[in-house]
Amino acid sequence: MTTTFTLDAREIRRQFPFFQPHSEMRSVVYLDNAATTQKPYAVIEAVSNFWAHHNANVHRGGHGAGAKASELYEAARARVAQFLNAREPAEIVFTRGTTEAINLVASSWGEAFVKAGDEIIVTEMEHHANLLPWMRLAEKQGAHLKVWRITDDGRLNLDDLERLLTERTRLVAVSHISNVLGTVNPVAAICQRAHAAGALCLVDAAQSVAHLPVDVRATDCDFLAFSGHKAYGPTGIGVLYAKRALLEATPPYHVGGGMVQIVRWDRLVWAEPPAKFEAGTPPIGEAVGLHAALDFIDAIGRDAIERYERELTAYALERLQEVPDLRLHGPIPDRAGIFAFSLGEIHPHDIATVLDTRDVAIRSGLHCAHPLGERLGGATARASLAIYNDTQHIDALIDALHEARRIFGRV
Amino acid sequence: MTTLNELYQEIILDHYRQPRGRGELEPPKITQEGFNPSCGDEVILDLRARDGRIEDIRFRGRGCSISQASASMLTEAMQGKTLDEARALIQQVLALVKGEAEGDLDTLGDIAALAGVRHFPVRVKCATLAWHALDEALEQLG
Ligand SMILES: Cc1ncc(COP(=O)(O)O)c(C=O)c1O
Repeated sequence: MTTTFTLDAREIRRQFPFFQPHSEMRSVVYLDNAATTQKPYAVIEAVSNFWAHHNANVHRGGHGAGAKASELYEAARARVAQFLNAREPAEIVFTRGTTEAINLVASSWGEAFVKAGDEIIVTEMEHHANLLPWMRLAEKQGAHLKVWRITDDGRLNLDDLERLLTERTRLVAVSHISNVLGTVNPVAAICQRAHAAGALCLVDAAQSVAHLPVDVRATDCDFLAFSGHKAYGPTGIGVLYAKRALLEATPPYHVGGGMVQIVRWDRLVWAEPPAKFEAGTPPIGEAVGLHAALDFIDAIGRDAIERYERELTAYALERLQEVPDLRLHGPIPDRAGIFAFSLGEIHPHDIATVLDTRDVAIRSGLHCAHPLGERLGGATARASLAIYNDTQHIDALIDALHEARRIFGRV
Repeated sequence: MTTLNELYQEIILDHYRQPRGRGELEPPKITQEGFNPSCGDEVILDLRARDGRIEDIRFRGRGCSISQASASMLTEAMQGKTLDEARALIQQVLALVKGEAEGDLDTLGDIAALAGVRHFPVRVKCATLAWHALDEALEQLG
């Protein structure tokens, strides 16, 4: 291969305890980044520093520690707003993850604004997190769920969307990057078409925020969701971005402490967004960790990350195509570093086990996207890249795939 | 033997490639499905019992080598067993794949090859799928 690489992944790995010589996991070739990424020291230290030195509840006690915790929590919100290029921090609601963010929209916005006979469009490639909330909402409201089918090479065709949109369409729900196919969807164009038809657009950015620049204003999405843990941050923290006017019009999700201004027996006044959507004690330490994770990403630079991962993806595509009987799903070559494949008649679960004994960590199964799995003909094996992977990791994957073919040669 | 060779023993690969007892039964029968939502492994058992014995048993399904080989072995081992023998064998196999088996494995025949699964905790569900389905089918029988 003649590819030159614009980034040294060894330098990046030095920033992660997972890859250090003393780590129990040091020999693992970690290619399950679409499930969750490893965490850099900077994130682990930020979280542990918070618990050790700044732990207090937010917006509550009349003491300095509480003020400091609130300051850190709100600084994390402002950092997310800047990271996504939102207009203001008030457009950022912290949640437990992508799943909760989308459930919030489906329950609170959906039950208020989606009526019987209305339509919601979801794509065939959605993760259950961006599918089940809409299926349930449609059922509850008597609305219609319309499925935007993928092309045979795993893309979305905008002309197909045009045919699905009607004046009854309230929302188009689409992932930015498919967690199975690696397809990078044209979300700005999708939002534009949705808006032209009078519908809103929700973008599931779980697989994209850590891998390419995401700009909510350039995209002009109405809602966007992502999880900290797939972006080098902690579990238990996620983000819902929504346009301010939408947050104001949307009723609260959970109700309880911290999200209300006036509570009398005869009168309730909710707090302003984003507090209105953050009932109860929020994940404060996790928000601080997310802040550090976004700093980590931007210190490398999202353009640099995208460029390097594109180079590595090109290398991986070339090497995967060398393996006999390997069938790769999704678009080629224009895609993100997520590779779902099958290998002859060898079941993906068996592939993953053989790879695991060679310390190559991938995932097999339906990847929480059962309707897509059905379309692809069942379970698949999936390898997925992050910024610390390099060609050695791809080579180890390829070697292990040859081993699997050797063991199952006659199947 | 490496743990990988122990898992993918020739006996297992042979049951996977040439499954025994594959198919469906005509009614009267009991049908029980086993499904693993995370990986999509599926085993559907058809069972006919008469006079306290399994008269015939067949499986359909799709999935990994372990789940399908295990179902194949199950149908072979269960033909003609009394319901009590069947229940006892299920318990024995569940213990075997979890590495909790005691005593003589020789009586198990081909099934003993499933012992290799004990080194692979994530694969225990594959190996037990058909056996749990049979357990539920026997419960239907009461
Ligand atoms: C595209 C996509 N959406 C949503 C999710 C759900 O994320 P979480 O489990 O962090 O809520 C995932 C990850 O599993 C995903 O890949």
